[in-house]
Amino acid sequence: MDNKKYIVSPSPHIHADISTTSVMRDVIIALSPAAVVAILVYGWAELLVLLVSIVSCVLLEWAVTRWMMKRPSTVGDLSAVVTGLLLALNLPSAIPLWIVFIGAVVAICVAKLPFGGIGQNVFNPAITGRVFLLVSFPAQMTNWTPTPGFVPVPDAVSGATPLSLLKEALKGGSTIPQFLASNDFSMSSLLWDIGASAGELSAGALLIGFIYLLIRRVVKPWIPLSILGTMALISVVFHTVNPDIYTGPVFNIMTGGTLLGAFFMATDYVTSPMNVWGGVIFGVGIGLIDMMIRYFGAYPEGMSFAILLMNCTVPLLNRWFHQKKYGRT
Amino acid sequence: MGKVTFSRGGIHPRDCKYARECAIEELPLPKTVYVSMVQHLGAPAKPLVAPGDSVKVGQVIAEPGGFISAFIHSPVSGTVKGIAPRKNLAGDPVMHVEIAVEGDEWDPAIDRSGDLVTDIPDDKALILGRIKACGVVGLGGATFPTHVKLSPPPGKVADCLIINGSECEPFLTSDYRIMIERPKEVVVGAAIMQKVLDGCHCVIGIEENKPEAIAAIRAAVAELGYPDIRVQVLRKRYPQGGEKQLIDAVLHRQVGSGGLPIDVGAVVQNVTTSFAVYEAVQKNKPLISNILTVTGDKIPAKLQHNYLFRIGVPLSFVMEQAGGIPDTAAKIVSGGPMMGKAVSNLDATTVKGTAAVLYLSEAATRRQKESHCIRCGKCADACPMGLEPFLLNRLYKAADLEALEKNAAQDCIECGCCLYSCPAHIPLLDHIRQAKGQVMGVIRARAAAAKAAAEAKKQ
Repeated sequence: MDNKKYIVSPSPHIHADISTTSVMRDVIIALSPAAVVAILVYGWAELLVLLVSIVSCVLLEWAVTRWMMKRPSTVGDLSAVVTGLLLALNLPSAIPLWIVFIGAVVAICVAKLPFGGIGQNVFNPAITGRVFLLVSFPAQMTNWTPTPGFVPVPDAVSGATPLSLLKEALKGGSTIPQFLASNDFSMSSLLWDIGASAGELSAGALLIGFIYLLIRRVVKPWIPLSILGTMALISVVFHTVNPDIYTGPVFNIMTGGTLLGAFFMATDYVTSPMNVWGGVIFGVGIGLIDMMIRYFGAYPEGMSFAILLMNCTVPLLNRWFHQKKYGRT
Repeated sequence: MGKVTFSRGGIHPRDCKYARECAIEELPLPKTVYVSMVQHLGAPAKPLVAPGDSVKVGQVIAEPGGFISAFIHSPVSGTVKGIAPRKNLAGDPVMHVEIAVEGDEWDPAIDRSGDLVTDIPDDKALILGRIKACGVVGLGGATFPTHVKLSPPPGKVADCLIINGSECEPFLTSDYRIMIERPKEVVVGAAIMQKVLDGCHCVIGIEENKPEAIAAIRAAVAELGYPDIRVQVLRKRYPQGGEKQLIDAVLHRQVGSGGLPIDVGAVVQNVTTSFAVYEAVQKNKPLISNILTVTGDKIPAKLQHNYLFRIGVPLSFVMEQAGGIPDTAAKIVSGGPMMGKAVSNLDATTVKGTAAVLYLSEAATRRQKESHCIRCGKCADACPMGLEPFLLNRLYKAADLEALEKNAAQDCIECGCCLYSCPAHIPLLDHIRQAKGQVMGVIRARAAAAKAAAEAKKQ
């Protein structure tokens, strides 16, 4: 026999064609339809927001891991790209770019790396960044003036997001029908609203991305389904009781960050429960909190707050819920 | 009846059954064979020959070293050259009987004709005696002595014999070839075991990716007309061939932790074991040969074979006869890619349970660098035992034996689904195997202490 050396290691001897990088790449692919729609509608400004956010997240992660933590860089796993992409899709396109950078600093250098980096963070980095900006720069974060896009969008509401307009009107004592009449809106034009953060823009694009993730078995549907189901249920009950001041299920699901949050941020592996039933409780909690904020809170919508709050419960849910073992009762 | 499968976990690796069209060829005899005394689960066998003895094919050369042990027969005719420790597959020294091959003279008591014998002896004890005397062991991987498995302990009754034709490991094709080339012998073997188990039901489970085998076995069942034997098509899924998973798939029963299949009335035997039982009982032929697949990824078709080999032929001889080790091979595995053992010693000998020589390329087998757990839960989804490998991994690192036992590390069947599925390439099974060993040690020590205490009380 020749002297060639062979590998000797324990079984299994083969591995699925999967890696952290491939999972993150799938998430990026899934988010790209929404990003493309956002760029088409909001133009160069949106493109810059996306670029600044992604590049900042990647560079910050690289710099902090290499220089401060003295560890091998984890940039190659693409998780920083996902964070940057999600953060950008949660921001208005007219936002100053230095604020975007601050969001990236909070996401990467506060929410992610101090906890130990990928897999260790308690809170979703992109949402933490977004919420930090929302409370720190409320004016810039709610400036929904649409930037000039590459394609015209018909029958669209411009200016403030309809959610905030509606919230103002309801606070002022008017009813939903009065609000629609006084602004010459219809419910359907509200759904086509472009005065929204980029990621909220197209339910269709988000849905396509989510279906891609389901097909690739990157995520399971239980968390999004329980969020949307809970929101729909609460909306139906309140809307039926008093349609004048409580918005209906379709409106609540199609506006605000609902779909972006339910499909892409509540399903973040690290900050969501691993067990199916844990995930259902997590989702119901998010739906409940978001609806409470929409109906009774100060903010027009509360997907980000809901997800952050439920992120806190994940360690407990992981401790309480275990899957059924074979041959044990 | 529709296709069935087990209820929890599992993975779908690519089939890679490249050698499926290779008909079984008889491997030539080498100059020397080395027959291991450890080729079954349980106590090593005790050699009965001395250097200088001449032996015939099929002659007993070692007897069982305990209740769970097996006879070993000479696979060749020739002269015993020595009885000495020799390195096995893993490089551990194990007693081997070295025999220099001279001609091919068989024990005359063995029926070497190809005639199918369908009349099954009526005497259960006679059947079990022949199975034991012929050294038959489970050929699905565990090599548990077959006669022991076919003798349920008092108070336990088998109501279903499951013949395992799932061959769920990628690459392996030896069971498949047996099923399409010798289907009648397999079915007669099943009927024999059914008789030993007092005529319980018998189900032959075959995965859907082997339609030719399903057809062949079905035809054999119909033609031979034994009562109460049926073929059950299984959905393709690994590890379907695991005893506990197969019982779950076919009978929808789950074996409790630490329990045996017989606890839920099941006995599982592999199709190749069934063939060996046929040869033992009907032809008086001991287990001196088996089928192995030589295959691998990215290797030419001419290097792929299914061989009928004499047990004790060195692996290096098998590989030489098969056309040599391909240049692309980075790892050589004895067995399948999920549960086989990496060969660290090319001169190791084949044993009763050897099912394959598998060449894997660097790209297919090189472990990737481990990265951080991203808590995706894919390992828990894949675990057919419903365990949480990510958690067991963490508990192992924390050396928390109590929590490991509570989270059932000892239930791990080492199928490898967790490590296979992990996107972070964390060596989950490596760690869980260690954890399992430690927990089993604790459980055994506790049982021993309890027994000692009970005996002390009695006195």
